[in-house]
Order: sequence, then C-alpha cells, then structure tokens
Amino acid sequence: MSMKILLDKVGVAGIETLPVYRAHGGYSAVEKVLKMAPADVVEEVKKSGLRGRGGAGFPTGMKWSFIDKKSGRPRYLVVNADESEPGTFKDRYLMEKMPHLLIEGIVASSYALEANLSFIYVRGEFRWIIAILEKAIAEAKEAGLVGKNIMGSGYNLEIVVQTGAGAYICGEETALIESLEGKRGNPRLKPPFPAVSGLYGNPTVVNNVESIAAVPWIVNNSGESYAKIGTPKSAGTKLISACGNINYPGVYEIELGLPVEEFIFSPSYCGGIKDGKRLKAVVAGGSSVPILPAGLILKTANGEPRLMSYESLSDGGFLTGTMLGSGGFIVYDEDQCIVRNTWNFTRFYHHESCGQCSPCREGTGWMERILHNIEYGHGKLSDIDLLWDVQRKIEGNTICPLGDAAAWPVAAAIRHFRDEFEWHVREPKECLVRNYGLPEATVATV
Amino acid sequence: MIKVTIDGIALEVEEGTTIMNAARRIGGDVVPPAMCYYTSLKGSGGKCRACLVKVAQGSAKDPRPMPKLVASCCTPVQDGMVVLNSTSPEVLETRRSIVEFLLVNHPLDCPICDQAGECELQNFAFEHGLQKTRSEFHRREFDPIDIGPHIKLHMTRCILCYRCTQVADQLTDERVHGVLWRGEASEISTYIQKAVENDFSGNMIDVCPVGALTDRHFRFRNRVWFLNPMDAHRHCTKCSGKVVLWLRGEEVYRVTARKDQYDEVKDFICNECRWEHFETKDWVVEGPRTVEKWSVITANKYTKETVELPDQLYSKLDNTKWDAFEGVT
Repeated sequence: MSMKILLDKVGVAGIETLPVYRAHGGYSAVEKVLKMAPADVVEEVKKSGLRGRGGAGFPTGMKWSFIDKKSGRPRYLVVNADESEPGTFKDRYLMEKMPHLLIEGIVASSYALEANLSFIYVRGEFRWIIAILEKAIAEAKEAGLVGKNIMGSGYNLEIVVQTGAGAYICGEETALIESLEGKRGNPRLKPPFPAVSGLYGNPTVVNNVESIAAVPWIVNNSGESYAKIGTPKSAGTKLISACGNINYPGVYEIELGLPVEEFIFSPSYCGGIKDGKRLKAVVAGGSSVPILPAGLILKTANGEPRLMSYESLSDGGFLTGTMLGSGGFIVYDEDQCIVRNTWNFTRFYHHESCGQCSPCREGTGWMERILHNIEYGHGKLSDIDLLWDVQRKIEGNTICPLGDAAAWPVAAAIRHFRDEFEWHVREPKECLVRNYGLPEATVATV
Repeated sequence: MIKVTIDGIALEVEEGTTIMNAARRIGGDVVPPAMCYYTSLKGSGGKCRACLVKVAQGSAKDPRPMPKLVASCCTPVQDGMVVLNSTSPEVLETRRSIVEFLLVNHPLDCPICDQAGECELQNFAFEHGLQKTRSEFHRREFDPIDIGPHIKLHMTRCILCYRCTQVADQLTDERVHGVLWRGEASEISTYIQKAVENDFSGNMIDVCPVGALTDRHFRFRNRVWFLNPMDAHRHCTKCSGKVVLWLRGEEVYRVTARKDQYDEVKDFICNECRWEHFETKDWVVEGPRTVEKWSVITANKYTKETVELPDQLYSKLDNTKWDAFEGVT
C-alpha cells in the first residue's frame, strides 16, 4: 500500500473541524516553524525536493528562495485554488476534506516567506468549499493559530479567501494576481516574475493548494524524509484525480514512481477499464497535456514500464511522452472517439482564452472550427495538415501557457491517432469507433 | 551603456532599453513590426506578437539562447545579447503566422476601408503575409456603432491591440470604454453608446492601427492619397497645437496629430484642435508634411492637380508626345 501524507486522515470523523484535527496532531508544524528561522524553513522545503503540484512542477523551495526580501516591501503568499482544468479535481477534494491541513500549510509557508497576509484564490463555483474554508479560518483564528501573535510568537498572519468568477485563465499565476487586484484576469508579461513584482507590485509567491498542504509534513518529518519518498527527481506523494472509463474514478494519493499499469489496473486505484473493455489512450495530467495511446502510456519508448513521475511520463519528450501536469488522469476505452475528444478540449480552450494575444485568441477558434468540421463530416484531408500547422504556430508564441495548453492536445491527437482523423474525413458523419448521433444543431460552435 | 547585436549590427544602448527600441536606433529591416506597441502609451506591447524575435545569445555572461521567441517590444536588452530579426527564418515564419492569425477574423475589405493607405495591418500583411487565406470560415461581424459624437467604432475590423483603451486610461479624464467578454468574443465597447466625449478622445482614432475607430467627420469623405498633408500649428491651451492638416485644395478635410516613422504620435492633440478648426486661417501652416514611413501617401505626388498641365498631355493619341514628356515635378 502506498504511503499517504495528505489524505491519511481523510475518513476520520470530524477531521474538518479544529478540535479533531488538533487531536490528530494538527498544527504541530506551526508550533515547530515558529521556533525556527524563516530561512531554515525554506531550506527544509528545498531539501524535500517538493515540486509545484499545479502542473508546471517547478521546485517549490527554489521558488520561495527567489522572493525579494531585500526590498523591505510587504510579501504575500497566494494559494492557487482556481482549479478548473478538465479532468483535474484533486484540490477541491483536499480542501473539502482537509481544510485545516491547507491552513496549517499556509501559516507555515507564510512564516517562511515572512508574509503577513495570505490569500486563497478559490474558483467561484466552489461555493461549499469557500464556506468550509471560511469556517476553518474562523476556528483557527479563534484558537490563536491565525491572526495576531500566533501562539504567542509575535508573528501575525491574516488569511483572506478570495473568490474568482470562473475563468480558467485565472489559474495562471499572473492572471490570478490581476484578478486578485480587481482587474480583468489577463496574464502579465514576464519578467518581472511575481517573486519580484507580484500582487500590488510586491513580492509574491503563488503556490498550488497541494504544494502548500505538503509543507506541514515536511516541517514535521524533515525535508530529507520527504525526499526519500517517491523517485529522486519526483519526491513525495501526488494527488491524482482519475476519471474516464475506469471502474473506480476518484482522487488517489500515490507515491510518485508508481507504475502507470498498476495505477490503472490495480483494484486499489482505478480498478481497470470499465465493462472489461480495452485501454485505448490516457491523458495523464489534465486536458492540456498530450494524450498517449495505450502502448506508450504503459511503457516508455525504451520498453521500460512507464511510472507516475515527472521524468518518466515526459520520457521521450512529446513524441513518445507526456507530462504529469496537475494529475488529471483521464482514461479512454476502445469505444472513445479521439477526434470528438480533441474537439471538445479545443472548444474549452477557445472559450477560455483571455483574448489578449492574437495567436491564442484567433488560433483556438480556428482549430475548433476545423475540428468541428472534421467531426461532423465536413472536413477535408488537407484540414488535418492545416490543423497541425495552426497548433504549431500557436505553441510557444503566446504570452502565457494557455496557447501551449490548447496546442498540445491537438498535436498529440494527430501524432498518435491520425488514422481516426482521416477516417472522419473519408467516411463523413461516421466516427471510427462510434457515431454519437447527436444532431449537429445541438453542438454548434460557440 | 550595454552592447547588443541585432541582425549582425552591433550598437550600444542605455540599460533598460528594449530590443525594439534598440532596433529602432538602427532602423530599416532590423526594426520588428509593431501592431500593439506604442512608445508613449504605458503598458502597451506584448499582445499582438508581431514583434517576436529570436534571442540567439542571452547575454555575455549567460550565452544560452532563449528557448522561445520573445516579444521585442517588452524585452530589455542585456549586455552581449545577440538578436535575430529579419535574418531568422523562424522569426519570419512566425511573423507570417501572426499575420494569418490577425486576418482570421479581420475583413479583407481594404478597398472600402477608411484606413486604407494608413493601415498598419495592411502594410504588415503586405510585407509578411501570405498571398491567400487558408481560413474558410465566416469572419466575425459587428454593426458599426457611434461611440461619442466624434468616433465610429467598427468592431469587425478591430485586432484588439488595446491601444485605444490605454489612450483612454492615460490621456483622458475618465475611461468610459474597455474590453468586454474574452477570447475571440472580446470586443471594445463603451457599454453605453455615445459615452466617449472627453477632450482627448480623438487620439483613440490616431492610435488605432486598423480601421476599427474612425473619425465621423472625415469618414468616407476622401481617400488619404488624394489629400495633401501639411504641418500646421495654433496656440492651444489644452495641447501643443501641433497638427497635420489634410487638405484638398484649400479645404481642410481632417486634422490629426503628427506621427513619426513608426506611425506613433508623440504630441497628442485635443478634440478642439481636431474638430473645431476646419479653416486654414485658424492655423499657421508650416509647409508640406514629410510622411516618414513608406506609404501610398508619399508615393502620390499630390501637387500634380494644382499644376497647370501642358497642352501636349491632352493629345493622347499621339504617343510620341507622351514619350517625350518628362513628367510634372
């Protein structure tokens, strides 16, 4: 059985309340960090090898060490809880089940960053989670774990829950900061990076919920202990939100390095493919990462078993690999249509593009229309090459990674499943695997 | 001073200079095109991606190339940086794709567009675009609307460069327009029509690179290549009063601010200068304006029609006379 760090107490009755959480050792990390120097806490997180769990996988401790402490300006910690990538729903689960773990992580992390004000930027649709978080913060404040003079240490920290209005782009750290400042959620040009000039122009660290929730364990058990879990380049555990055509969809905490095959087929995790069908493909890290066919998701190009880790999933680059991303694991069985799936993803990115830069604003719409035509039997063979060309010209040319996120799924789908695209063109209105039979008018483009 | 090399040409610039401005010191083909960047508007640039360049060497200290193309308008140069603009096939290919993206939803109605002859997108497409479109989809359409008493917004032509909203933010008393919605559905709007009526709102027309914001007083009254631009000034308490009068004969067709070779205005003008003085006697005319950027305006010898033509020109059937004629200067 895999080790659990974040979800080990899930299932304990009342763990979302402060008394039960404290009875199970909660807030011991806060007690410990308040006796440490902030720089030592940063050092401990660096040693842990914890990588950002939002998708990019940047080392958390290193990110913290970039924060400008010399300027003397206020510093902020912003927790990115604007989870909205299709297929990713792990932060929502963590906040719902373990709100105090997140708050404990925020206090410890803010202390390390010498920040006195922290924000949790939550997706507005998570109304019930916002209520849970606000209740937990109130409890912690009442107990002197948040607010002024925490545990008599002289350290002050206020935590503000800020709701977004439901725009995917606000999950991008600079767009999130813009939104937090009350402006339109458009990404900023980098540099300057938020660690130098972030919220209100002050040094800011933006971290994912899961990254911050891992900090209490690291503080309590040392960075070295955390680094021993998982693989050398992918330390610790990771929440994976599994969905699609599997027997047991849900949120799982896995030790990084778990074989993908075991994750899909073991009864402890996904429990195999639904109705005994065959595995066709997997999107391993949320809708923005490249899709991989069954052969490549189970084994790397070298024939070694593919592992659930940053380095193993990306083995071979995008030609034969993908990314761990945010851990949104979507499984497709043999009956699923890749063209339709790609069109659906592209429809999402077209809808969610902020419209600031031209390749993303115009390119996502263009791709969506081409894919719509192919899916509904109006495509030409040359459309597939055009689609390939358009995605290639979006990738890398936009202000923020949303352009890449829109381009990668299209590129991977054509790379690995070109025959399905050609079939859609040659056999109009007939999907290779299944004709959905939806009237075209009901699924017209936006 | 720090050293930078652009397309093999080395120069020294002050620290903090962007790649775009360093290239502009050199001039010519080394200067990347700019559809959204505007020197005097704070926060402009980075959006259209027309000015992407390749950084082949980050700096002398860290010679690694930058992994992606960077927006030259907002990337500061570093000492020892090596930049490739027109010498990089990757940059030129990307630029071709940016033209294509900008034209996916932009109508190809140059013959009837009021901006023809002054359109930056038209020039950009002419220099970097493809001969034909690869998009077969219906372009987005909006009805033209009046925003304020002087300006007509034709959103269909807008490329969302955000320049006009920055003018409103930075030059006018209050901003009453902005960008609504998001992505491809984004549109410039006042939300309440006819709301733009502040003193410097006319500058929104001058900064618009395409024909999205047009002057309701000038709109479709003439083509720019038939007009004679003259530098002129008047005493004005609100602005510098330095303008360009666009004349046909003695009639003033429109008044605009003065643009430099990059189509940028340094001295923004007030609405009084722009729309309340259409008599040449209101102005001190300095002389013909030299349009610095290559344009159909410069190509046209607008003095022709004021010159009395020699009789021989009317004998059109006699070709030998035409051959002998050396032209009117």
